[in-house]
This record gives sequence, structure tokens and C-alpha cells, in this order.
Amino acid sequence: MSLALIIQYLFSGITSGGIYAIVAIGFNIIYNSTGIINFAQGEFVMLGGMIAISFCHYMPLPAAIVCAVAITALVGALIEFVFIRWLKKPNVLQMVIITIGLSIVIREAALNIWDEKVRSLPYFTGNEISSIKLLGAYISPQVLWVLFTCAAIVICLNLFFSYTLTGRSMRACSANRTAAALCGVNVRNMVTLSFMISAAIGALAGCVVSPIAQTHYDCGTPLAIKGFTVAILGGLGNSTGAVAAGLILGIIEAFSISLLPSAFKDVVTITILLLVLFFRPSGLFGSREAGALKEF
Amino acid sequence: MRQAIPFCVFAALAIAVQMITALTGTDYFLTQITMSGWYALVVMGLCMLMGYAGQISIGHAAFFAIGGYTAAVLTTMNLLPCKNGAFVKLLSGMGMTIAGTNSWGTDILYLSPWLSLIAAVLISVFTAWIIGIPVLRLKGHYLAMATLGFGTIIYRIALGTPLFGGADGLSDVPPFRLFAGLVIDGSRTHRLAGYYCAMAMILVVIVMLSNLVNSRAGRALRAIHGNEEAAQAMGIDTARYKLNLFVLSAVIAAIAGVFMTHYNGGIGPAEAGVMKSIRYVAIVAVGGMANLWGTLVAGMVLNFLSLRGYFGSFDDAVFGAVLILMMVFAPNGILVKRRKRQ
Repeated sequence: MSLALIIQYLFSGITSGGIYAIVAIGFNIIYNSTGIINFAQGEFVMLGGMIAISFCHYMPLPAAIVCAVAITALVGALIEFVFIRWLKKPNVLQMVIITIGLSIVIREAALNIWDEKVRSLPYFTGNEISSIKLLGAYISPQVLWVLFTCAAIVICLNLFFSYTLTGRSMRACSANRTAAALCGVNVRNMVTLSFMISAAIGALAGCVVSPIAQTHYDCGTPLAIKGFTVAILGGLGNSTGAVAAGLILGIIEAFSISLLPSAFKDVVTITILLLVLFFRPSGLFGSREAGALKEF
Repeated sequence: MRQAIPFCVFAALAIAVQMITALTGTDYFLTQITMSGWYALVVMGLCMLMGYAGQISIGHAAFFAIGGYTAAVLTTMNLLPCKNGAFVKLLSGMGMTIAGTNSWGTDILYLSPWLSLIAAVLISVFTAWIIGIPVLRLKGHYLAMATLGFGTIIYRIALGTPLFGGADGLSDVPPFRLFAGLVIDGSRTHRLAGYYCAMAMILVVIVMLSNLVNSRAGRALRAIHGNEEAAQAMGIDTARYKLNLFVLSAVIAAIAGVFMTHYNGGIGPAEAGVMKSIRYVAIVAVGGMANLWGTLVAGMVLNFLSLRGYFGSFDDAVFGAVLILMMVFAPNGILVKRRKRQ
């Protein structure tokens, strides 16, 4: 394998890895505030892409993306409001089944609103054939957009959680719900907010990746499985770990294509997921507590 | 004797339904009822696992597909070119091969469906055992995701392997001749035989599972559902009970898959899909989790409506909505028995 080819694979791995990391961070935000794994996380990515594609016929691309992110965030809030907020003592099995049901309903709604065609947003800069030459490899400018967006999301979230009052309240809720409530934090609103944030970043990821990876009503589930793999690999609830794990998984997946037929790309990821679950459920970077299930 | 009443009612009902359809000239309904019956077998096994032992599995369609694909591969393989090989000769000598013609008119020699049924059971036992040992150590989301992952792997393998026919799946599966006149295939002449086979199979499985529920093993499983640590402290080998039940439900699913494949004359990768697994979970949820009869009723009704196409293009959405509504409003099911306080 030549150096140029290795770099080519590396970039394709980092691109998909970045998206997986964003989906994983979406999982983490909701997990931290509620102890729920939201199986509908992949559907937020799909919704973001689909809505932006519909809107960009009527308005400039940036506006369409902003609208898509806002609408998906509202959908996230709505889901929390209607299905999660008033459940008294939901057990894990119940929550898993509810979010799986939600993912199906969102997907089928998307199928009926749009159709089963594969769509994509236009390239943000340049077009399908424009490329940048880097160390002998040719990469699309969209790849840089994806990387830039992922980095921006991670940095902004870190700033938000460390320096703003709302962000700190959310962290307080995840550390100890009762104590946070006693300090005057409105725990329920923080949960709603966590659904909104994770829906919004999912939607943003869905928009930037749409030109290269295409959007399809059914593209959420594979992303959810991979995002979950990354979340586990990085240690559940640990967003920095998720970024590292996302890049690792993306790169492994990209190189696996050079050995195995690409139909088996998902099999590689899921095998990694199973192995991690079996041997190191706390993840590569997680502590032992992260491996234990959080219950509220 | 009182325990036997529901089984007799079921048998009477099965006969009554057949009579009614015959009298009203709607015996075409029997085809979908039979298919619902095969699917109902899967959900009854899953009901034991989810409802009684409290272990979620979002990968049971994989076992159904393992059964179906094993049957389809083994019975469509043409042994004629290696007719004189020692192994094939031995099998023919034991009456384990069947000569016939396929739908293109080519002469073929294929393995007896009985042999493929045995193979399907063995393969599903092996797979469930290998997967079950590590997977069943997990809890909650981890268990859900691991079984979902396993289901997706099987789906991808079915979709991506030429041996399994890729996206087209396998067709031209020969009929399963159980006994002299009892043939399982999709033809109209054998519709009645297929129907009664499915109903008999359901009866056998539900009798077996009901006995299991009311045995020492059943009580152990309910203890595991209640609190696994406590069950372990009481001296219950929780890992072994969970694994045995997982394997049992996998075998039931695989057998259902074998019969369904012979009944349909083929199988496609959609049978292994995640959506199918989620459907099974939805049906168990509607049936009331730990309720075999409820699950059977829900399985027959929902599958029948779905197979007749009453849900139209909202087929999957109906199952998703049902899941949410059941879990939000009635997590213990609508058909739940009021259990007396012990």
C-alpha cells in the first residue's frame, strides 16, 4: 500500500470517525442527564439531513441548515415532553423499548413525508469533483467541512459545559440529581435541554455529512449502532473519550475495506462493539464506574 | 385436568376457524393464519426470554433466519454432480436424499428436509450458545445493543454472501414431506395440511413452555427477572438458566424459520432484518411480557393483520407506535392476567 493510499484511507476514516464521535456525544449527553441510551439518536442525524435538503430549495444553504438544526432540536424537545418527562419510575427495559419504538416511528414518518430516494445536500464549497491535494492524496473540501464542524461542536460543548451556568447545572444533574434539585436546578428542564442539544448536534452532523455520505430515510440505525460502539469504546458519558474512540473506529473501518468486501464494513464495527462489551465494558478510556449502569 | 382447558379451547378454536373459513369460502385466509402461526412460535420463545427471565433480545430474527437459510441452502443444493461420492451414496442409502426436478425442469438430488431441520437445530443451538455465554452477562442497554449488533451481523452476512443469494435470498425450496399425506409447501392443495401442522406445532410448544413456566426452572427464571443478585444468593445458577432459555428460544425460532421457508418456498434477507426482531419484541410487549397466551394471541392477530396488508404503507410504523404506546401506558400489557398475590 502506497503512502498516498494510506493517507487517502486515513482521511476517509477520520471523516466517518468524526461523525461517529458526534453521534456518540449525542448519546452521552442524554445518558449523562437521564441514564437513558436514546436508540433514536441516529434518526436525529437523518432528520437533520432530510430537513435541510427540503429547505435548501427555498433558501440559501446556511439558512436551511440553521432551520434544520432548530426543527430537529424541537423534535428532540417534543419527544422528551411527550414520552419521557412524565414517566414515574421507568425501568431500563421500558426506556430501551420506548426509544426503539420512537426510532421506528421517526423513520417511518420520514419515509411517508419524503420517500425512499437517496438524497444529498449540495457541497458547501466546490462540487463533487473539486479536490484538494494533500500529501499525494486527493480529498474533497467537504471532508474539511466535516472535520471543522466536528471540532467546533466538541470545543463549543466543552466550553458550554465548563463555563456557562446552564451547562454546569446540567453537569450537576448528571452527577447527583437530588442534590442538583436541592440547589435550585430545574432537573426536568435540564433533561429536556439535553434532548434538544443532542438532537441539534445530531442534525448538524447530518447536514455536513450529507453531501458525501448521502441521506436516506433508513440511514439512522447503522449510525446509531456505530455511535453507540464509539460511546462504549470511549467510556459511556465521556465525550473526550468519544472523540478519540470515534477516530479509532473510523480509521479501522476505512482500512477494513482494503481487506474485506465493503458489504461487511458494518460487521467489522459490530464485532468490535461485541468484543468491547464482552471484555471491557468500561471502554478504553472509561473508569470502572462508567461501565456500571447508571440508574435514576 | 383444569390446566388442560386452555389447550383444548385452543385446539377447538383452531378447528372452528378452519370450519368457518371453509363454510364461508374464505379459506385463502388460512395461508396468512398459517404464516402468522410460524411467526407466533418465535414470539412465544421470545416471551419466555423477555417476559419471564427479563432478558431483552433484539436479535431473534437472526435465529429465525439461521433456521430458514440452513433449510434453504441444504435443500436447494444439487447433489447430482457428486452422486457417486461416498458420502452422498451413504446418505442416499439411508434414504436421506430426494430426487426431483426444480422449477427450471433440471433433475436434482437434494438432502431430505428432515436432515436440514436437524442441521438447523444444531447450528442454532451452537450459535445461541456461543453468543449467549458472553451476551447474557450484560444487562440493560448493553444487552439490547449486543443482541441488536448480533442481529445486524447475521443480516449483513445474509445480504453479502453469494451462498445465501444476497439481496434476492434463496428460492425454489422444495416442499417438506412430513409424513405420507402431510406436506408443507405453499400450494393450495396442501393449505389445510400446512395449517394444521402450524396449529399442532403451536400447541406442542405452548404445552411445553407452560410446563416450563410452572416448574422449578420457571420459578428460577422469574426470580432472575425480579432481582438477579437475590436469585443468585438463593442458590440459583442464574447464568445457566438464562443461557438454557436463550438456546431454547433460539431453537424454537430456528424451527419456525425452517417451516416458514418450506411453506414460502424461499427466504430473503429481510427475515433477518432488525425490523423483524423489533416486531417480535413489540408483539411480546402487546401480549403483556410474561404472558404466553397473550403473546400467542397478539402474535396471531398482529401478524395476520400485517400479512393481509391491512396496515398498508404504515406496516412498520404500526409496530413502532404499538411499542411506544404499550410501554408508556401499559408496561404490563393489555391482556395481562390479574395475578393473585402470593
